[in-house]
Amino acid sequence: MTKKRISQALLIIILTLGAITMLVPFIWMLSTALKTAPETVKVPPTWIPKHMQWQNFVTAWHAAPFLTYFINSLIVTTVTTIGQLFTTILAAFAFSRLNFYGKNFLFALFLSTMMVPGEMLIIPNFVTLSKFSLINTYGALIIPWLASFFAVFTLRQTFNAIPNELYYAAKLDGSSDWHFLWTMMVPLSKSAITAIGILEVIGSWNSFMWPLIVTNTAKVRTLPVGLNAFTSDAGTQFQLLMAASTFVILPMIIVYLCLQKYIIAGISKSGLKG
Amino acid sequence: MIKQHPTIKSTLIAFAYLAPMLIITLVFNIYPIFKSFAMSFYTKYDFFTDKVSALGWANYKFIFSDPDFYLSVRNTLIFVLGVVPFSVLLSLIIALLLHRVRFLAGLFKTAYFLPFVTSTVAISLVWQWIYNDQYGLLNAFLSHFGVHPIDWLNDPHWAMPALIIMTIWKGLGFNIILFLVGLSNIDKRYDQVAQIDGANAWQRFIHVTLPLLSPMTFLVSVTSVISGFKVFDEIFVLFGGSPGPGKSTLTIVFYLYQKFYSEWKYGIAAASGVVLFLLILVVTIIQFWYSRKHVHYA
Repeated sequence: MTKKRISQALLIIILTLGAITMLVPFIWMLSTALKTAPETVKVPPTWIPKHMQWQNFVTAWHAAPFLTYFINSLIVTTVTTIGQLFTTILAAFAFSRLNFYGKNFLFALFLSTMMVPGEMLIIPNFVTLSKFSLINTYGALIIPWLASFFAVFTLRQTFNAIPNELYYAAKLDGSSDWHFLWTMMVPLSKSAITAIGILEVIGSWNSFMWPLIVTNTAKVRTLPVGLNAFTSDAGTQFQLLMAASTFVILPMIIVYLCLQKYIIAGISKSGLKG
Repeated sequence: MIKQHPTIKSTLIAFAYLAPMLIITLVFNIYPIFKSFAMSFYTKYDFFTDKVSALGWANYKFIFSDPDFYLSVRNTLIFVLGVVPFSVLLSLIIALLLHRVRFLAGLFKTAYFLPFVTSTVAISLVWQWIYNDQYGLLNAFLSHFGVHPIDWLNDPHWAMPALIIMTIWKGLGFNIILFLVGLSNIDKRYDQVAQIDGANAWQRFIHVTLPLLSPMTFLVSVTSVISGFKVFDEIFVLFGGSPGPGKSTLTIVFYLYQKFYSEWKYGIAAASGVVLFLLILVVTIIQFWYSRKHVHYA
């Protein structure tokens, strides 16, 4: 019994040390964000700022059009996520319950496209969007991400687990496919859909390379791209850089802390990143 | 009543459901795959009119005689080899510990996973500050052990290790979650039987847990390798838009970005994208081939 207790205590100590190491960058970010400029360059560094500089957040917020970036990120993330969920639910239903010519072919085709690195598609997609004059618009940031076969694949598995008897019974009662999908399948798959949605929210909010390429004015920039642009203005004002990093990171940390169980369940089920 | 075989009517209905996803995927995922391959052969291309006036192997000839491209392939491989083994090993160890701990497991999971949900740009800025040669946290910490300040981000020898450390830190939580799933799927009875047979903890780990966990180890390795090949955001931010001091962190995707976005050489960029794709394909096939011998599906 005591041996077990000692090993448990040892485990907790090791894991705590590991967890602290993981959290140090966040603590350091917050600590720097609250310092005065001279204190940020003090050697040796201090952990707790002498005089908390809460106004650093206000200064950083106004030093660049962060409000615009924030609104852009909010719009892009919301529309992308809702749109993607909509296309995903419909497609997953078709693959899960409907019979049609070319089903296996289409499924295999989509599956094989998952092997292709998205970075390779950037160039032709840029050309396509330029043709439609969509570069530097929300359209460029949203439209290419409105469908994800990975999400379809994941949701199809959840849909497949719903007993066929329910479907047959609903059909016998004269319920249409459409009605059955939205009143039975979707509510029954709520947690899977939530998980897919949250993973897309995180991915979309944090996305960088694509928004960097398709935007070149502050008007349509998202937060990560705006933050990157801010680095050249801020120079070595580390307290402002860290304050800005904090408010870019914070929304996703809140989402994560509130909906942690869905995120972890989502990753566990699919085992792949989007 | 329930149609087992597709009919024209059922196909039409199904395609109505598929249409939104299908249209987007065809335009932005499937068409660009073929277009990428085609573009890599465009040697005279007017982007504004999308007119191709000459085709050939010139783009491939160019990249295969470009020392920068070789450097980018080499750096990418170093990066993958630097990140994947450590990340897999560390996350496996932490998952094993987390699996056995009875208190605070949820809290630990939250801490280890936190970096994964945060913006790469923001967190790379934080690491840039941690790596600062004069005032950074890391050098201050190392000075306790008598280590002289290292110029992590400006010294070509240290830029890659700095990038690797940050990437491992960021991806750890994701791999830990996958390993935890793998561990919880293992039937406890295997372990109990081995225990009855007199196997000690280490023997049980080597001969029971590890083989039963191998499908998950395989999955974690494959996804880590693939995402390692595509590294870009971290480099771009950590080194302020440059491919590191002395191009020491110039990777394939960074090369692609430079050719495409800074130099407007679409054909060359497309060719490097095709090489990236083939490299990932070959490495993944090798991993699958290896797994057939070493992964045990219970």
